[in-house]
Amino acid sequence: MESEANKILDEVTQGDYKYGFFTDIDMEYAPTGLSEDTIRYISNKKNEPEFLLEFRLKAYRHWLTMAMPKWAHLDIEPINFQDIIFYAAPKRKRELSSLDEVDPELLATFTKLGISLDEQKKLSGVAVDAVIDSVSVKTTFSDTLSKHGIIFCSFSEAVQNHPDLVKQYMGSVVPYTDNYFAALNSAVFSDGSFCFIPKGVRCPMELSTYFRINAANTGQFERTLIVAEEGAYVSYMEGCTAPQRDENQLHAAIVEIVAMKDAEVKYSTVQNWYPGDKNGLGGIYNFVTKRGICKGSNSKISWTQVETGSAITWKYPSCILMGDNSVGEFYSVAVTNHHQQADTGTKMIHLGKNTRSTIISKGISAGKSNNSYRGQVRISKNAVNSRNYSQCDSLLLGSRCGAHTWPYIQVDNKSSIVEHEATTSKISEDQLFYCQQRGISAESAIGLIVNGYAKEVLKQLPMEFAVEAQKLLSISLEGSVG
Amino acid sequence: MLLQIKNLHAGINGKEILRGVNLEVNKGEVHAIMGPNGTGKSTLASVIAGREVFDVTAGEILYKGKNLEALSIEDRAREGIFLGFQYPVEIPGVSITNFLRTAVNEIRKFKGLDPLPGGDFLRLMEEKKRLVEITSNLTNRSVNEGFSGGEKKKNEIFQMAMLEPMLAILDETDSGLDIDALRIVANGVNKLRRPDNAFVVITHYQRLLDYIVPDFVHVLFEGKIVKSGSKELAIELEEKGYDWIKKEQEA
Amino acid sequence: MQTEHNEIISKARLIGLFEKNRKLLVRNDTKFLAVKRDKAFASFVELGFPDTSLESWSLTDLEECLARGYDYHLHPMKEMDIQKVFRCNIPHLDTAVIGQLNGWYVSKDVPLMKLGNGIIMGSLAEARKTYPQLIEKYYGTMADDMAEGLTALNTAFAQDGVFIYVPDHVKSPRPVQLINVIHHGENLFLQPRNLIVVGANAKLSLVHCDDSYNHQASFSNIVTEVHVGAHGVLDHYKLQNLNNESTLVSSVYFRLEEAANLESHYISLNGGMLRNNIRLLFNGPHGNANIYGIYLMDGRQHVDNQVFVDHAHPGCTSHEMFKGILDEHAHAIFNGHVLVRRDAVKTDARQTNKNILLTDTARVNSKPFLEIYNDDVKCSHGSTTGQLDTESMFYMRQRGIGEDTARMLLMFAFADEIVSKIAIPQLRQRIEDMVKKRLQGELQICEQCVLHCSSPEHPVEFQIDMSKILA
Repeated sequence: MESEANKILDEVTQGDYKYGFFTDIDMEYAPTGLSEDTIRYISNKKNEPEFLLEFRLKAYRHWLTMAMPKWAHLDIEPINFQDIIFYAAPKRKRELSSLDEVDPELLATFTKLGISLDEQKKLSGVAVDAVIDSVSVKTTFSDTLSKHGIIFCSFSEAVQNHPDLVKQYMGSVVPYTDNYFAALNSAVFSDGSFCFIPKGVRCPMELSTYFRINAANTGQFERTLIVAEEGAYVSYMEGCTAPQRDENQLHAAIVEIVAMKDAEVKYSTVQNWYPGDKNGLGGIYNFVTKRGICKGSNSKISWTQVETGSAITWKYPSCILMGDNSVGEFYSVAVTNHHQQADTGTKMIHLGKNTRSTIISKGISAGKSNNSYRGQVRISKNAVNSRNYSQCDSLLLGSRCGAHTWPYIQVDNKSSIVEHEATTSKISEDQLFYCQQRGISAESAIGLIVNGYAKEVLKQLPMEFAVEAQKLLSISLEGSVG
Repeated sequence: MLLQIKNLHAGINGKEILRGVNLEVNKGEVHAIMGPNGTGKSTLASVIAGREVFDVTAGEILYKGKNLEALSIEDRAREGIFLGFQYPVEIPGVSITNFLRTAVNEIRKFKGLDPLPGGDFLRLMEEKKRLVEITSNLTNRSVNEGFSGGEKKKNEIFQMAMLEPMLAILDETDSGLDIDALRIVANGVNKLRRPDNAFVVITHYQRLLDYIVPDFVHVLFEGKIVKSGSKELAIELEEKGYDWIKKEQEA
Repeated sequence: MQTEHNEIISKARLIGLFEKNRKLLVRNDTKFLAVKRDKAFASFVELGFPDTSLESWSLTDLEECLARGYDYHLHPMKEMDIQKVFRCNIPHLDTAVIGQLNGWYVSKDVPLMKLGNGIIMGSLAEARKTYPQLIEKYYGTMADDMAEGLTALNTAFAQDGVFIYVPDHVKSPRPVQLINVIHHGENLFLQPRNLIVVGANAKLSLVHCDDSYNHQASFSNIVTEVHVGAHGVLDHYKLQNLNNESTLVSSVYFRLEEAANLESHYISLNGGMLRNNIRLLFNGPHGNANIYGIYLMDGRQHVDNQVFVDHAHPGCTSHEMFKGILDEHAHAIFNGHVLVRRDAVKTDARQTNKNILLTDTARVNSKPFLEIYNDDVKCSHGSTTGQLDTESMFYMRQRGIGEDTARMLLMFAFADEIVSKIAIPQLRQRIEDMVKKRLQGELQICEQCVLHCSSPEHPVEFQIDMSKILA
C-alpha cells in the first residue's frame, strides 16, 4: 500500500517545469563579480543621476558589513557573489517607440509564456511591464494610463522621468540597511516597475509585471515601487519564470508600497521561478523583501501570493499599519515539492489605533521538501483596539517532507485581540477514496482537494491570475498521494 | 408608574436606531412589543438594561420615577430590571450555582440584606427549577455552556425566577423554541406575574401571546412605536403581516 | 573558600570557584560522575550564561538578576532551621514530605530512606554514596549539558537535591511533596539538582513547590531530571510562589519510555523572574503527556515558559495548554516547540496558549512552533491574547453582579480550565483557593506552602485533611 502510494506520488511529482526553455538573444553583460566598479558600471549603463549612484554605493558599503541571515529554516549552499553576473540585458540600440522594434525573439518568448505584449491581442484590462533579466523590455498601456494621471513604467524610466518621486519614496519602506538581501538589491538593482496612482484615482485596469530570468550565471535584482496617494486604488500582479539550468541562480528583489489616507493597494504574486529538478539540482534562490506601509488612516494593503517555484524561497511580505483604522492582509499558498525549501510568511506591525490584520496561510509540502510559515504579529502599546486573526494550515503529502509553523506574537496593550490557529494534516484517505470511487484519478483528486484547500487564498487573486494559479497548483503537485 | 420612556433616541457607532420611542408600563401589566426584524426591538431592551455600546442621544428612561441614565448595568439589575437575552452567552468555567449565588447575594447586599445561607440558597434553586420544569442537574454545569437553544431560554426564565425582578424584559424568548418549551417558558412567566411587577415581552410572532396574554401590544417600526392597542392588535398583525404597517407608514 | 559572599555572578567568578573547589565538589563522585562533572564544566566554560543573543533567551534577560550580589555556599548552612520547612506537624511527615532548604536536603531524621515497598527517597548527595550504580544509570542522562549553559553549570556544581526512586511495578500509595524553600538573611545563589525515577509500570504523584519565606533576593538554577519507565505513570505538580526579588530558572528534563504517562501542571503564582525550561523526550512509542500551565503575574513580574516536546517515536500524544493573566507591568512569554521526527507516525500534538491582558502596560509574547517531518500526524496549535469577554461581562452585570465580581469570576473561570485538571481533590481545592486569593491580590508569598496546614502564627482558612490525601 505504502509503496503503491509512493509510486503514484513519484509519477505525478515528476511533472516537468514547462517554462524551462532558454531564449537565444543578443545580450550585454556586466563583468562577473561584485565591486564598486560593478555598481558604477550598472549606474552608468542606466545613465543614472548622482543621488542614485550614491544610494547604491552606500548600500554596497553597508552590505559589506553584513552577514547572510541564518535564522530561517533553510539549508543554503554558500553563495559566491564573485561568480554572479549582476547585470545582463538584451542588447538594444535606441529607445523603443513601438512594439515592432522589440526583438522578435523576445516577443516570442513572452508569447510562449502566455504574456502578450501586443496591446491589441492582450486581454483587455491588464497593463503589463515585462522585465527580462535586468531590464524592462516593454510596458503596455502606458498611454491609456497616463490619461488618468497614473504613472506605470519601468523603474529605469521613472528614474529618468520622475526622479523626484523616486527620490522621495525609494527606500522609505525598505531602507537599504533593512537586511542582507535588501542591502544587496539596493546596491545592484537593475530594473523593475514603478507605479504611481494620484489622489482619488481608481486605476481602471490591473497592472502587472512579468519577470523572466533568461541569461545564465546572472542574478536578478529588481525593485518595484508602488505609491497610492489619498483615496487611490490599484490592483497589481506579478509573475515570474526562469529557464531550467543546473546551477542555482540568485534573485533578490525589493517591493515597496506606500498607501496614503483611504488608499488601497492589492498586490498579487504568482511566483513560479524554476524550482530545480527532482534531485534538487539547480533552481532559483529567491530572497525577496516586500513591505508596504499604510501611512494614512483607513488605508489598506493586501498581499496575495501563490508560491510554487524556486529552490529556496525566503520572503515575508509585510504591512506596517501606521494609519489609524488601516488594514493589512496576507493570503498565501506556498507549495514545495522535491527538494524545494520555502520559509515564507508575513509581518503585521500594528502601530495605529483600530488597525486590523488578517493572515491566511496554506502550506503544502510534498516530496522531500521543507515548507515553513514564519509570521510576526506585533501590537504596539498605542495600537489600541486592534485585531489580528491568523490561520496557518499545513498539508503534508508523503512522509519525507516537512511542514513547520513559527508564529511570533507580541501584544502590548489590553484592548486588542490576537488569535492564531494552525493545523497540520494530510489528505485524508477517505477523501481520496471517495473521489476515486467516483472515477476520479488519484492525481486529479489531489488537484481537486488541494485547490479546495487553497480556495480561501485563490479567491483573493484577480480573475486573470486565479485560473493560472489553479493550474499551477495541480501541476506542482501532480500525484503527491500520501 | 414603573417604567416611562420619553422620546428615546439611541444608536450605535453614530448610527441612529431608536428614533423617539415613547412607552409607559405600570405595575401588574404585561406589554408586548412586536415588529419586523431590524426595527430596534433588541436595541430598546439593551438600552433599558444599560448596555454601554449603545449611545442615548436624546430622551430619557424613568424607572420608578428615577432617571436611569447614571445607573450602571448591575445597579439597574439590582433595582429590579431583568433582561431575558435573545442569545444568552456561554460562560465556560463559571458554574450556574456559583453565578446565581453571587448574583442573589450581591442583590441582597444592595438591598441591605444578609447573604442567603448555602442551604436556603440550594432549596430556593430546587424550588425555582420546579417552576420552570428543569429536571436536569444544573449545579455542576457552566452558565449556558453546551445548552440547547431551548435549555438556554428555560435557563433565562429560571434565573428570572431566582432574582424576582420588578420589570422583566424578555427579548424574543420564544425564538427557536418548540411548542413544549414554549409552553414551559410561558407557564413560568405566568406563575411569576404579580400585581407589583411588570413584563415587557418582545416577540416577532403572535404565537407566544397565546400563552402570555398581554394587556397592551405595541408595534415598533423604524425606531418608533407606530401603533399601540390591545391583544387583538397582535392577531390583526398576524393576519395582515408587517407589510400592512409598512404601507400605512408610507401612506 | 567555601562560602563566597555577596558578589555578582559572572562566568569568571564561577570558573574560579569551580577550579578552587573542584576537590570538594568531586569528593563523593564516582569516576563516571566526576567525568560528567568535568565535561559539564568545560561546556559551561564554552557556553557561559545565556544572553539575549540566543533566540530562546531573547526576551528573558538575566543580566540584571546576575548582577545582584549573591552568596554561594559550598557547604550546608549552619543556621538551618528545619521548622522553617516543616512548619507544623503534618501526619506521616517522615514518609510523604521531603524538603530542601536553601538548596540542601533537610530531614528530621535520616537523610535517605528506603521504604518497605522499595521506594527510595531522600538526599541526592546521600544517594550518590549509597546507590552509586542506580545513580549512574540515570543521573545526567536526560539533562543536556552541551546545549544549555545553565544546565552545564548546575551539573558542574551539583552537590545536593532530592532523589526519588520508585522501583518497577511499585505504585506509590501517597503523593510525595517536595518543598524547596529559600530562607536566608543574605542573597543566595542556589543550584539544587533533583533526580526522579519512576520505574516501568510504576506510579508516582509528586508535588514540587518552590517557595520563599522572606523578601531576600535569590537566584535558583534548578535542574530536575525525570525518568518515567515503560507504562509508568507520573502525576507532577510544580507550584511556584516566590518573592519578587527571586530569580528562578527551573529546567526539567522528562524522558518517557514506551507507553509512559505524564501529567504535569505548572502553577506560577508569584516570582520576580520565573523561567521554566520544560523539555520532554518520548523515548519510546505510545507515550502520553499532558502539560498544563497557569501563570498569574502582576507588578513587574516576568514569567517565561519554554516547552519543547520531542516526538521521536510513533504513536505518542502530547497536549500543552498554558494560560495566563497579566496585570500591571507583568510580562509573559510562551515558547512552545513541538518537533515531530521523520518516523514518529500517528503523532497527536496540540499546543494552546491563551492570555488575558488587564492593562496596557502588561505584555505577552507567544511563539507556538510546530516542526513536522511526517505526514501521518495530527498537530495543531493556537494562541489567543485579549481581554475578558465583553458579552459575558454584560450578561453577568445584567444579573446584578458587580463589575469587579464579574471580572473576578471570569478570571477564575479562565484559570479553572487548568486548575480543574489537578487530579488530587484536596490539592485542587487548595490551589483553587490560592488562585482566588491571588486574583484578589491577597495571596502572600512566604506564608505557607500548598500543603502546609495551620501553624500557630498563620491561621489557615483551608484546613486540609492530610489523611485523605495520603489515603
